Amino acid sequence: MKSGTKVGLSAFGSGVLFALGLSVAGMTQPSKVIGFLDFFGSWDPTLAFVMLGAIGVHFGLLRRIVRRRAPLFEVKFRLPNRNEVDARLLVGSALFGVGWGLGGICPGPAIVALGTGALPFVAFFVAMVAGMIVFRGFDDSMKRRRSESKSP
Amino acid sequence: MNLDDVPLTWVKAFLGGGMIGLAASIFLLTVGRVAGVSGIVGGLLKPAMGDIGWRVWFILGLLFGGILAWLVVPAAFDVSMHRPLPFLVVAGVLVGFGTRLGQGCTSGHGVCGLSRFSVRSLVATVTFIASGVVTVALFGGGS
Repeated sequence: MKSGTKVGLSAFGSGVLFALGLSVAGMTQPSKVIGFLDFFGSWDPTLAFVMLGAIGVHFGLLRRIVRRRAPLFEVKFRLPNRNEVDARLLVGSALFGVGWGLGGICPGPAIVALGTGALPFVAFFVAMVAGMIVFRGFDDSMKRRRSESKSP
Repeated sequence: MNLDDVPLTWVKAFLGGGMIGLAASIFLLTVGRVAGVSGIVGGLLKPAMGDIGWRVWFILGLLFGGILAWLVVPAAFDVSMHRPLPFLVVAGVLVGFGTRLGQGCTSGHGVCGLSRFSVRSLVATVTFIASGVVTVALFGGGS
């Protein structure tokens, strides 16, 4: 099998398992997510157990995996290695949190729930992609401005 | 504590979370990347040569898994949401823009980043949960 095929199959399989996990965990139920964020109202701790399960398993396996020289089907690991906390991280995460609290949906479940064909999920997904496209335009114009200010 | 006292939703949440962690681990072991959904989708909006296939296959997997879950357990999906449509559209735009600016969402920062003890991901996760809590406090909760 070509390595591109193996990468594709692995990515697909991981995606399927990821989607089933989100569905079992209750992440495709916006009311549960909003309930978790309703800390000052009727708090629903369900989401904390999702995080606990996910991080517990991933933390345990990750340390063994990255001891390898390379992943199975690619030449090297490509993990983020930045450490600095900047304004982009803070503002971006804060905006994401507002959207998450308003809709009760984050990017994973937004794609997983498309299969229902239900209008609220489809509308959210389209708006999310639109938001990402707006970010691209914003990011490009910021970069242009920065390079213009550097060159006299 | 008696095991019967543990609500079934918590058990399912823990098991589902475990599946998410396992999926992220398989992805890391085979493809060598972070299973962060917003980054994987966002990268497709500025496609680079040789950087498209694995993204498309992962997203197709999410879609396929979602359809499978919907066919087997439709109750897992809360299609009659209590939030009105305009709310959801504004929410979607904020989630799309915010996760790209902050370079990660619940999966990339919340699961993968925290598992790597990334300081950036810890700050991001605390920030989006805090702003989510404030938002729900202002706009009302689920029930």
